[in-house]
Amino acid sequence: MNASLSAASRRDLVFGILTVALLAAVSVAFPSFASPANLADVLNDTSILILLALGQMLVIVTRGIDLSVAANLALSGMIVALLNRSFPAIGVLPIICIAALSGGVLGAFNGLLVWKLRLPPIVVTLGTMSIYRGVIYLLSQGAWVNENEMSREFLRFVRWDFVELTTLSWLAIVVALLGFIALRYSGAGRDMYAAGGNPTAAQYCGIDPGRMQFIAYVISGALAGVCGYLWVARFAVAYTDIALGFELQVIAACLIGGVAIAGGVGSVFGVVLGCLFIGIIRNALPLVGISAFWQMFINGLVILAAVLLSARQRERKRSILEAV
Amino acid sequence: MNAARWLRWESMLAAVLIVEFVFFASTSPYFLDVWTLSDASFNFTERAIVALPLALLIIAGEIDISVAAIMALASVAMGLAAAHGVDTPALVAIGMGTGLVAGAINGALVTIGRVPSIVATIGTMTLFRGGAYAVLGDRVLKEYPASFAVFGQGYAFGPISLELLTFGLLAIAFALVLHYTRWGRAIFAIGANPIASRCSGIAVDRYKFVLFSITGLFSGLAAVMLTSRLGSTRPSIAQGWELEIISMVILGGVSVWGGKGTILGVVLAAIVLGLVNFGLGLLNIPGIVMSIIVGALLITVVAIPAIAERWPQARLRKTS
Repeated sequence: MNASLSAASRRDLVFGILTVALLAAVSVAFPSFASPANLADVLNDTSILILLALGQMLVIVTRGIDLSVAANLALSGMIVALLNRSFPAIGVLPIICIAALSGGVLGAFNGLLVWKLRLPPIVVTLGTMSIYRGVIYLLSQGAWVNENEMSREFLRFVRWDFVELTTLSWLAIVVALLGFIALRYSGAGRDMYAAGGNPTAAQYCGIDPGRMQFIAYVISGALAGVCGYLWVARFAVAYTDIALGFELQVIAACLIGGVAIAGGVGSVFGVVLGCLFIGIIRNALPLVGISAFWQMFINGLVILAAVLLSARQRERKRSILEAV
Repeated sequence: MNAARWLRWESMLAAVLIVEFVFFASTSPYFLDVWTLSDASFNFTERAIVALPLALLIIAGEIDISVAAIMALASVAMGLAAAHGVDTPALVAIGMGTGLVAGAINGALVTIGRVPSIVATIGTMTLFRGGAYAVLGDRVLKEYPASFAVFGQGYAFGPISLELLTFGLLAIAFALVLHYTRWGRAIFAIGANPIASRCSGIAVDRYKFVLFSITGLFSGLAAVMLTSRLGSTRPSIAQGWELEIISMVILGGVSVWGGKGTILGVVLAAIVLGLVNFGLGLLNIPGIVMSIIVGALLITVVAIPAIAERWPQARLRKTS
């Protein structure tokens, strides 16, 4: 256990240095990139990815995967956008609570199917992904909710600045810190790793791995719900296809950040770095003069490099234990 | 007992198919027409051609999420070649060749790189689709030679399209290989227990590599047909098809845990889904409603055996 932890932190450290090196390289060529204002912009731009990736990390650590996060985000976003249109007087706090609740319920549906019926997570979330997207269409009748149909308060919350950073950035920072503390120092956090690392052993220690998976899906769903509000408010529009395919970027950020798909391995620090890495590339591409259309291709290369490296490490570590 | 259950699964699919026929025939007067049905077949043939090798791959305990991205990459490769005046036979070779190479990359990542197939193909899906976007951006390629149209628009005889005929022949070939050869038996064995298979002398990695390559090859073939039918290539071509193709395989009764499944089931599921798609169109129901149905079906299908197996197991666990 100790050995694997130190290997994981070593990986985080190496990857941290890599991210800083990437930042330095871009900044040397384009000094304006390193200005505090621009870095704050990059963080603001990456915040939703960070929030979603932290939830996804919990799901993957407990041996699941959540392909429905982007659809969940879009559905929860549509629900609060429609609510706001019908009742413009609702404050932001109730809106956020409703978004979290809606996301949490959608996540719990995934979680229950995985926990109680032991269905394969990839099939369940592939299914709910298309169900949730379809429901958005039924709710909105295919129409858009536009900026002029949203209340000022609804739109302004995400743009509010506090000590040079937006609410969006602060939310990401606070959730990352809470996640870090909870996963490292709380019993429930350690149970998550135990359930994902070795479900049989965890069961013998009195941890229900299925219940841990359920909790992970609920948290991932609730975060996706909140991100639904944040996304809709930030881009000032809600329609059926918002964040289409974003689940892949979220999973990519986790894989780049060193979360092992086999479960039991992953750190908040690594995932945040993975998100920032993607965010820096996304924001640096136009500066370097490469078309934004290359972003996806580069993400693919980085994912493959990351998973090949971690597969190699795992191979070396396990070769003694497993003959085949 | 297992054989009996899966046989029942296929008869259930056949029953659903008959219900579908009766329902659509009674609600729309245009449904029961040879040419209508021939048109309807285009709703599943291209996807189903990819579903056949993917079924083998899932039976062997692996998965490939990158199939639709491979189609996009192959289509872009053909589009670029066509823009440089390459003729039809070479275009087909380029499309299928691109698919084969892409599939081999997946295979190498899984067998040599030891990356779990779901992660590897999420990576290559991003890479291949990203490659298509990187090369094309927001452009469209449509300088295809006139003779290229035959693969997606041609008819073999009467109302039987070339696509339908190809799918039919391939389905028979895949069924023969999977159910009546040593290779097929090995694929089932690998899916049921890879370690035991390896210990009994099956070259597990070689099988997996070949299956990934074949899945790529047929994704390339599907790309030839789709591109030929549409007559143009955009980087978003076949977007989201991986979901529909995987749904076909799983609806067909192939176990996601590997080791179980039949080609007959996959073929029936492909026709069922294609007809639902087409029939809802006839009834003027938007396509996105279909995605709710497909999603719900997908979950129901995996839930039914889980619920059935759960109760006796739960009782056993309590007594032990």
